[in-house]
Amino acid sequence: MTAILSVRGLEKSFGSVVAARNINVAVPYLQTVGIIGANGSGKTTFVNMITGHLRPSKGSIWFEDRDITGRPSREISRLGIARSFQVPQIFNSLSVLDNICTATAIARTGGRLMRQALTPFYSPATRTEGEAALRLFRIANYHDARAAALPQGVRKLLDIAMAAAGQPRVLLLDEPTSGISIEEKFGLMDVVMSALRDRRITVLFIEHDMDIVGRYADRVLAFHDGAVIADGAPAATLTNPRIQQLISGPKLKAATADCDHA
Amino acid sequence: MKSRSRIIGALVFFGAAALTPALPAWIVSLAIVALANALVVLGLIILWRAGLVPFGQALFYAIGAYAVALITRYTGLRDALLLLIAAAILSGVAAFVTGFLLARYREIFFAMLSLAMSMILYGVLVKTGTLGSTDGFHVEPPTYLGYTPQSGMRLVLLFWLVLVCCALAALLISLYVRSVAGALAVPVRDSEIRLEFLGVSVNRLIHLNLVIAGTLSGIGGALAAFAIEHVDPNMAYWTTSGGFVFVTIFAGAGFVAAAFVGSLLFELLRSIAYDILPGTWQIFLGSALLLTILFLPEGVGSLFQRVRRLPRPTSERDFITGPS
Repeated sequence: MTAILSVRGLEKSFGSVVAARNINVAVPYLQTVGIIGANGSGKTTFVNMITGHLRPSKGSIWFEDRDITGRPSREISRLGIARSFQVPQIFNSLSVLDNICTATAIARTGGRLMRQALTPFYSPATRTEGEAALRLFRIANYHDARAAALPQGVRKLLDIAMAAAGQPRVLLLDEPTSGISIEEKFGLMDVVMSALRDRRITVLFIEHDMDIVGRYADRVLAFHDGAVIADGAPAATLTNPRIQQLISGPKLKAATADCDHA
Repeated sequence: MKSRSRIIGALVFFGAAALTPALPAWIVSLAIVALANALVVLGLIILWRAGLVPFGQALFYAIGAYAVALITRYTGLRDALLLLIAAAILSGVAAFVTGFLLARYREIFFAMLSLAMSMILYGVLVKTGTLGSTDGFHVEPPTYLGYTPQSGMRLVLLFWLVLVCCALAALLISLYVRSVAGALAVPVRDSEIRLEFLGVSVNRLIHLNLVIAGTLSGIGGALAAFAIEHVDPNMAYWTTSGGFVFVTIFAGAGFVAAAFVGSLLFELLRSIAYDILPGTWQIFLGSALLLTILFLPEGVGSLFQRVRRLPRPTSERDFITGPS
């Protein structure tokens, strides 16, 4: 199996702080990868480097057999690597339909400005595609609602639907269930994962909830202090006591520190 | 509805053109100046939709006006069409060049940088003798494809020219506003990060909007130079820019026709105010703006939308789809 996404010797440092050290990962086509780690362990830095938001200090990133290291995010997204955001980045003053249509219209014009200036925004094809995406992500009944007034779960789904609009090959989800109540988390992930599988998109997702990771990931990457300390099947990785200690350790420490202060 | 607004536009256009010879000269002069300014306002609306308010748009207005004045003076070329094209190209190029810097800034930084650039031009004009210095200089009235109109016809022909320019601008801009690039203006205000990750270069998009707005302003300036038959550095001064922003707030950025209606209404108010309160007319205009902001926060233009359809949809939707 050839990798759709691979990183080799990836490093990133901000001054003396090392946010990524020697990361080597190859993700096969259609594998679902869960990324875990405590806050500040380098998960988002990893996603930011792949999507071109941050330029790695060292190492390379490959999309199939293309070197995409250091390319700007808009170029990488046009190549087929999209991302969603921990805090949904949707267009608050537009309706849900206009949000998804904006994403599909951009994708349909290939991100080329002159073509965008000469193509009408509302074409039947854009609208059909947008509506299909809303149905796929089960938010079609919010169609005309203003994005600013949406409940958090719908905001999350719209954010992911917009990221998936341009038929990406790889989608990175940054904490898809953050800010969602425990009862809703599995429902949301069911919708997202089946929609993305339907579109044959390879998914990497950052997640703090180990039950979610265990249920949806085929493979788990555990980050600690900028390095990947475990890479394997969820069952083995999540039950590893060292991983458990490292992932939840700092949080416990922080909690006790708070108690001491109080 | 889209075709209906085109029909209304066409009716207004031909009606005004047919009526021109019968109208009193002061109304025609007023309308010429108002519609020339409306082109600048139309450019400001394009930027406004993306959340940008330039306080130095007079830069391009002055470039358009001075292009006409200098070409007429130093080459003797007086053809209105060629002069307009030259003014449009020069102001468009100026907007393209300054755009490399301006497109990187937002909000107050954008406003102040654009103001600074216009004041540089003002300084250059004031200090340069060959450009007329503080007095500026006279502009010979234009000719039309070799025809030199006499006094009475001069105003009518100029008005027709202004009408044609406005009609073309309104048509092209309403097409642009409905294009994908035009529809991205509101998303720019909401989330630039999302747009970048969807594959859009926000800076390039804003750069394009700057060039469109600059070109429109240059054409407006050229028409103003034809109308006033004089150019001076005040055309680049910050109060001129401020005046355009004033009219834009007054008109509202909801849709294309607002620029023309708003600008005409504003000029009319100004001349009435000047008539009634010669010393304190600014108070009158200031109150008019205040009342507009309080009671018609989306500008005078929004009145027309209210008349045309009730209940109103959310205004933001109109930004993207226009009054469909």
